[in-house]
Amino acid sequence: MPVQATAESVEQVIFDGLKELGAEGEVARGSTFEELDVDSLDLVELAQIVEDEFGVELQGEDVKDLRTVGEVIDLVVARSQ
Amino acid sequence: MREGCALVTGGARGIGAATAAALASDGWPVAINYRSDADGAEAVAQAIRDAGGRAEPIQADVRDPAAVGALFKGLEERLGPVLVLVNNAGVRADGLAPQLGDDEWERVLETNLSAAFRATRRALKPMLRARFGRVVNIASVVGPRANAGQANYAASKAGLIGFTKTVAVEVARRGVTVNAVAPGFVETQLTDGVGNGLLDSIPARRPGTPEEIASCVRFLASDAASYVTGTTLTVDGGLSA
Repeated sequence: MPVQATAESVEQVIFDGLKELGAEGEVARGSTFEELDVDSLDLVELAQIVEDEFGVELQGEDVKDLRTVGEVIDLVVARSQ
Repeated sequence: MREGCALVTGGARGIGAATAAALASDGWPVAINYRSDADGAEAVAQAIRDAGGRAEPIQADVRDPAAVGALFKGLEERLGPVLVLVNNAGVRADGLAPQLGDDEWERVLETNLSAAFRATRRALKPMLRARFGRVVNIASVVGPRANAGQANYAASKAGLIGFTKTVAVEVARRGVTVNAVAPGFVETQLTDGVGNGLLDSIPARRPGTPEEIASCVRFLASDAASYVTGTTLTVDGGLSA
């Protein structure tokens, strides 16, 4: 079952997800996907992780202009309200 | 054995039925999707169960996006994620291009190409997460080759081959392979009335059987084919050689 999305829980899931996907270096809200060496397929998987955890579906259109980890977190939190 | 299942669309008869049986014999729990032939799908499932396998007929019109979504959700709950997807459901509605109706064009493209896209899109995310997946699209030698009276069918199957290649490239680094099988003339209900006169042009001098196509799908779905992706395996008795 999807869990309640709070800023903290979303951040935790996304940080963990990015580490699992092999993000390089320290993951922080301000990190860009480019810095983390996270590619478009990684973002597809991250969207799946988010959907499994919070029931929030992210389409390609939603994420294509997002550059930082914080932007994704904010989008997921906003969508889950 | 991996935790998950195989889904064969259009599995009630012909190549789909033979493919379901072949995948079951490799140990996959198999979902046999059908649109209208419930008896056929149940017979295929029963034959698999009789042979010691696990199978489940499941109704859904693959042209209906909502039905496909529900199909996957139900399977994930009962059999686990779909790790092998065989996009086999196909129709034909023949006619010379000047006389093809919009409905005949759209129905064939919807079933043979768009439905395969939607099922693949839905299946890929769990496959990516699992770091394993097999998508096998049943194309045709018609598409790469001309066949008068089948402009819609040819367009759908050529489209399926192009789709196969690009998706394969997108997901290859996650252990997910995407391939096509292109049968030549195979005796099934779909090809009823097509074959006479064609046999002389087939080097093997006979039609193929559904089992001969299924064995190739089985290979592509297996661990033995882990480095095969983005390709089209032509199975046509030499027709297009």
